[in-house]
Amino acid sequence: MAELADLVARLVSWARPGEEVEAYAGWDRELSVRVFEGGIEHLVSAESSGIGVRVIAGGKQGFAYAGSLDEKILGEVLDEARDNASFATFDQHLGLASPDGVEPVRMELWRSAVELTATDAKVDLALSLDKAVRSGDPRIRQVESSNYADSAWESAVASTAGVAVSQRGTGAYLFAYAIAEDGGDTRTGGGFSVGREPSELDVEEAATDAVIRSTRLLGAVKPRSTRLTAILDPRVAASFLSILGGTLSGEAVEKGRSLFAGRLGETVADSRLTLVEDPTDPRAYLASPYDAEGLATRRTVLIEDGVCTRFLYDTYSARRAGTASTASAARAGYASTPGVGFRAVSARPGTTSQDDIVSSVGEGILVTSITGVHSGVNPVSGDFSVGAEGLMIRGGTISQPVKEATIASTIQRMLLSLTAVGSEPEWLPGPAAGVTLAIEDIHLSGA
Amino acid sequence: MPMIDRDLIDRTLSAALFKGGDFAEVFVEDRRAIGAGFDDGKVEELSSGRDRGAGIRVVSGDTTGFAHTADLSESGLLAAAEAARAVARGAGGGAVAAAAGSGASTPDSGSTPRGVAVLPEMVPKARKVELLAAADSASRSAGSAITQVSAGYADSRRRILVANSEGLWAEDDQVRTRFMVSCVATGDAGMQTGYEVVAATVGFELFETTSVEEVAREAARRAITKLTARPAPTGPMPVVIKGGSGGILFHEACGHGLEADHIVKGSSVYAGRMGQKVASELVTLVDDGTPGREWGTFAIDDEGHPARRNVLISDGVLVDFMWDRLRSAKEKRPSSGNGRRQSYQHLPMVRMTNTYIVAGADDPEDIVASTPRGVYVAKLGGGQVNTATGDFVFGMVEAYLIENGRITEPLRDANLIGNGPDVLSRVDAVGNDFATTPGTCGKDGQSVPVGCGQPTLRVTEVTVGGTAGG
Repeated sequence: MAELADLVARLVSWARPGEEVEAYAGWDRELSVRVFEGGIEHLVSAESSGIGVRVIAGGKQGFAYAGSLDEKILGEVLDEARDNASFATFDQHLGLASPDGVEPVRMELWRSAVELTATDAKVDLALSLDKAVRSGDPRIRQVESSNYADSAWESAVASTAGVAVSQRGTGAYLFAYAIAEDGGDTRTGGGFSVGREPSELDVEEAATDAVIRSTRLLGAVKPRSTRLTAILDPRVAASFLSILGGTLSGEAVEKGRSLFAGRLGETVADSRLTLVEDPTDPRAYLASPYDAEGLATRRTVLIEDGVCTRFLYDTYSARRAGTASTASAARAGYASTPGVGFRAVSARPGTTSQDDIVSSVGEGILVTSITGVHSGVNPVSGDFSVGAEGLMIRGGTISQPVKEATIASTIQRMLLSLTAVGSEPEWLPGPAAGVTLAIEDIHLSGA
Repeated sequence: MPMIDRDLIDRTLSAALFKGGDFAEVFVEDRRAIGAGFDDGKVEELSSGRDRGAGIRVVSGDTTGFAHTADLSESGLLAAAEAARAVARGAGGGAVAAAAGSGASTPDSGSTPRGVAVLPEMVPKARKVELLAAADSASRSAGSAITQVSAGYADSRRRILVANSEGLWAEDDQVRTRFMVSCVATGDAGMQTGYEVVAATVGFELFETTSVEEVAREAARRAITKLTARPAPTGPMPVVIKGGSGGILFHEACGHGLEADHIVKGSSVYAGRMGQKVASELVTLVDDGTPGREWGTFAIDDEGHPARRNVLISDGVLVDFMWDRLRSAKEKRPSSGNGRRQSYQHLPMVRMTNTYIVAGADDPEDIVASTPRGVYVAKLGGGQVNTATGDFVFGMVEAYLIENGRITEPLRDANLIGNGPDVLSRVDAVGNDFATTPGTCGKDGQSVPVGCGQPTLRVTEVTVGGTAGG
């Protein structure tokens, strides 16, 4: 880690007078095993690293990157970023993050066990998962893949504005994708278990998840089109909260692309909804002590009791809005500049279990998976339309499985039509936690 | 490719097979890219970068081992070969670590690749930025309702070398150029968005035949049109898809399901259906990596096999799947040139190239005129399919109602949902027009550029996922 920190510090020291320079370096190592029909389909061992450099000079910004940490090319990357800056438009709000006194939360995201565990033991986890899914239910016709994967990563950011931070972490997961068949009907389902090291993974949990998800929709029919209450199960709700996280970006607000623009202090959701972004929560899959510009992460309440309270900002969007960064800068890797992002959005849990929500709803649908979020949800207009599978709810109990349908509304209306938040949050691999959400007045389109 | 000499590649392949194995391959890639973004009335940033490295694959029985490195020196390549062969035997015993680092040599840029008239790296950056500003003002002049515009320019040059233990040695130099505009329009009922993109496997000459102002006006028109759009209907109804509106419908309805990896694993509804009727006899589906400047075109795929034109469905009958090396070797048949990967850091797999429905005989206007009520989709967005069940969704980003054989009111965005084989059997009219669109296809975490094409056609029943009625 010291190497990355030294490297970015050295590069930043080459800044010319009047020039702001930020360097970001990243390294990661990944191992993944895929098992199919009891044998190893592939074993991938991968290591990559690179550097990204931002230069702001005369109010103009340029960026360049290279997939290498070779000392010899650092100067070239810096020069290229300088050259690129000369073609940008002057923008008075441009600037690098300055340390703001917020102390980083201590969290240990690194587990040396990821590096020390023998490859054979990791392969065995994938093989056991494959076996467990296969034997989980006689209706499992095929396990398309059973996977083990882990990664170890390090990153460092330094800048002429005084940022000098580095961090590292590890992660591991198991994932199986099962195909179930019964009476000519085929359904699929995926199950996973995630942790920071192999010993935190639970083969049974992942297998059971895949078996239940693939078998419980067997015999699904296309439902009749109607209006009803949709209960989003935690995985589906996490997708919905991720969409919300994107629309609450201060950059989208500043640029007139957020349906929440101009609505600070207004009621935008049912009072049951309190939405929080908190990357300092160690349970979050993407928990991190620092954001991508090197500021200490912090808890931000976005919606409180239904009232829109705060947007997420990186340094640039905060300067434009005349406010402070919420330490929400994110980057896709060394090859991209930072932008506003979120790592750990969650809804404050309610007091009722999913079972109780199902019985209180009476008539509706429990949505267990959605598709086409990227093609059917417009975060600017708010139009929401996604493919849905799930189980109809009749008389307060789970009944007929359904497929090949869509659920539709608008994001704005869905927030105001929230009728229940479940009591059991689930931290999922992704930037949002799941929790059961019930939303009334949803259009189900089917037969 | 001047970056690595042949002897070194040979030594790397020998090292990869040193302890056994059936097949070894070295894939070397040198990719340079430039991107420029214009947003909110400003050139936000110009970004450029370079990624270079090699991926080494060893196949032993049913197991593939893979490792990659950014270090193209002899020690870097040999270390990666060793990592790949260790994983292929699956008995490494310890944590496997691939070599990392970086090469020292700097390959020269070489000459202009075949079929490229103006190499983008020879065009001044200022010229690229000018295109963005022109697009911004064209979108804003399209109407006072346009409240925000972003425009993006991107070019890339990807030089690849594939060599394998079977003696294959193939190189390609792939140049791609892309331009997109996205607009927000604001009206009484809120905001709407419009998007348009042009992208081709060519150099900067793309802009000799493409007007960025037209791209910009098209994006603006789409956003403005939707300001008065009404909610899309609910339930099953006839859908007419405009020619070139995005062949994503077929990419999802049957393209993915015809990829041999899904077939071999029994995770496709089309498995076991070779020679059978899987679509209306009006449907002929082709995947073709060869045509001129299409977005999914190349000379060789990422396993070194030449691009080919492959007929997959002929007059409704399933006649072939798409193949990569791994799957075709098992079936003892040639690869169809569909082995692709996102970068040297990824394993190749079966992917589409340019997938299209061949034009038919109907007049597109007649197709609309003979539809009493339905939805006319002028532009499709993305989509997603579950290949095992065949259920798929695709989004519409510009659509209208058809009433009494006439295109009437615009509709808001929505997804449509259907089942692949069912939708294919319900194609009852295929127009004599044809056009293609570029897209990005994601599969198993990897993205590759693809083309989609189709004539105007009608599906007698697809479920529209709107909110009107129901």
